[in-house]
Amino acid sequence: MSEVIPAQATVRQVDPARSSTPRRRPRRLAAGQTLLYAMLISLAIVYIFPFLVQVATSFKTDAEAASSALSLVPQTTTFAAYEALFGRSDYPIWFMNSAIVTVCVTLGRVFFVSLAGYALARLDFRGRGVIFAFVVGVMAVPAVVLLIPKFLVLNQIGMYDSYAGMILPLLVDAAGVFIMKNFFESIPVSVEEQARIDGAGTFRVFWSIVLPMARPALITIIILSFQGSWNELSHFIVSTQSPELTTLTKGVASLASGQLSQGTQYPLKLAAAAIMTIPVAVLFFIFQKRIMNNTEGAVKG
Amino acid sequence: MPNTVTARRAGSRKSSGIRRGEVAAGWLFTAPVILILGLFLLVPVLMAIWVSVSDWQGRGSPFSGNVGFVGLDNYAAVTSGGGLAERNFGLSIRNNAWYVLIVVPLQTALSLFLAVLVNRAILRGRGLFRTAFYFPSVTSSVAITILWLFLFSTTGVVNSFLGWFGVEGPNWFNDPSQIFHNALATIGITGAPEALTSGGPLGVSWFEWIGGPSVAMFAFMLMAIFTTSGTFMLLFIAALQNVGAELGEAGVMDGATGWQRFRYITLPQLRPTLFTVLTLGLIGCWQVFEQIYTGTQGGPAKTTLTPAYLSYQSAFVSQEWGEGSAIAFILFLIIIAFTVFQRWVLRERPVSKRRARQYEVPPHEATPHEITETKR
Repeated sequence: MSEVIPAQATVRQVDPARSSTPRRRPRRLAAGQTLLYAMLISLAIVYIFPFLVQVATSFKTDAEAASSALSLVPQTTTFAAYEALFGRSDYPIWFMNSAIVTVCVTLGRVFFVSLAGYALARLDFRGRGVIFAFVVGVMAVPAVVLLIPKFLVLNQIGMYDSYAGMILPLLVDAAGVFIMKNFFESIPVSVEEQARIDGAGTFRVFWSIVLPMARPALITIIILSFQGSWNELSHFIVSTQSPELTTLTKGVASLASGQLSQGTQYPLKLAAAAIMTIPVAVLFFIFQKRIMNNTEGAVKG
Repeated sequence: MPNTVTARRAGSRKSSGIRRGEVAAGWLFTAPVILILGLFLLVPVLMAIWVSVSDWQGRGSPFSGNVGFVGLDNYAAVTSGGGLAERNFGLSIRNNAWYVLIVVPLQTALSLFLAVLVNRAILRGRGLFRTAFYFPSVTSSVAITILWLFLFSTTGVVNSFLGWFGVEGPNWFNDPSQIFHNALATIGITGAPEALTSGGPLGVSWFEWIGGPSVAMFAFMLMAIFTTSGTFMLLFIAALQNVGAELGEAGVMDGATGWQRFRYITLPQLRPTLFTVLTLGLIGCWQVFEQIYTGTQGGPAKTTLTPAYLSYQSAFVSQEWGEGSAIAFILFLIIIAFTVFQRWVLRERPVSKRRARQYEVPPHEATPHEITETKR
């Protein structure tokens, strides 16, 4: 899956399309717009309908899920799927593990990534170029190539199957360093110089002067880390094996391949998938404007 | 920001007193990043390079004395020798190559199309449509795969929909038949000459290579297009907003049609974004793993096996750690090769002399200024 990594955390509200559409005779314009909206609406239905069906089906019985897949209103509404998930499965444990990992990773990333980004943008020190080159090089390594390597090192240092092994490797994100560095470079230096002249130390300047100014970029980092670690699967596959450490992604994936269930059980699986989507969906709707406006830059596979 | 740069340079030159201790702070601030990336990225890759040339079977440490160096044996096992390992690798490459070949162009075209449509919407609802198209991109691959397994099940949404038109849909995720073979079957061709079925690269016959993706893999392809088009659409929308309106208006004055204006005015300006989207799509499409892990585990009949999943399966399931690592590094090389190749294909070409001449101002009229303009 891909996640958007904005290169510049600046909000743009420009809407040149309003001015760019050339003037034509009103009737042709109206016809064109009608066609355009017809196309947009039918495409939007194709994109949204699957999710509506998903929610509807999670309230159907197994039999109805198979017999009338298309209907958006269950004939007999049942909460059996949700009762089974929360009453008779490890789902609550999975949810808690995902929450723990996501909170730790997000807090850690915001701090470490902005610290490094600030140093690379502002501090003059030997080796800065080398470190930056290293960070950029790391961004180019595809994630799937790291499956076996990550297991090897976690196993070697005794972190396999522990919270430490789940959290530590995710705590830093090269792309995040890159975003923060770009952002800090866009802040005028004069603000800091004044504080320095007043005798504030480097960390003090960073913590109380620069960081508060970096709010937009920090929110970008929070969105990316939250979404990234909540949706992360492959790292947990290679770093854990015990049921107590299973996260939502790993647990629900095992539901999907039928390891824990008999029959198709679509309502149960779709309910499990729907609940795990809620936190990222909420985050998405809260920060919608920012996510939509921040997409210049790279997408990581 | 030129003034920022000069300000910083001036600052560092004159105020070295204030900037004391920056070396220490610099290394301290970047230490967590260096340590974590080094320990969980650089070191592991080096360890895996060793495992890929060793006979480690997953027991004990790969660095203990009884683990031997076997040279390139693991690489040879998956690329030659006619064994099962070679055939599995060949199948995974075939499956993923079709996946890339079909998904990358379609997701690029669709996301560009969506971006143009959304960008044209001058009345209300721009934000609404953007949200609708982008929403699938924020969900996890596990959740979307489960949804897809349901949509494409035998009695699922897609087949019910097809039923309205009297079409009997396939049993998508359980159907290993290759789509081009199926297309040939409809015109009565069910076999192939001996030359095509008897041999081919990586233990997979030519007939199997050219048969296209299986029906099951095709369902995964639709899913990839569905989930990535929103992200790429946002990149294209951002780029479209930077395209100046003046050129388009000039095009209208010259009597260019809507398609001509898009093809000759808008599209060339989208080139950098197009390059980004193609590269990212290509890199992403060679890394198909989570969908396969969640959905089909490589089946039916190994037609959704991908190199990434095969690498995982060889190591963690079959305990063939050397082969698994070797596959991972071959995949890495494939991704690098494709990226470099694409960069070369889409490079900025200098305008050919014959073409440049058309635009040249006759020399006797040209001022020196104009000559430099045309040369540029």
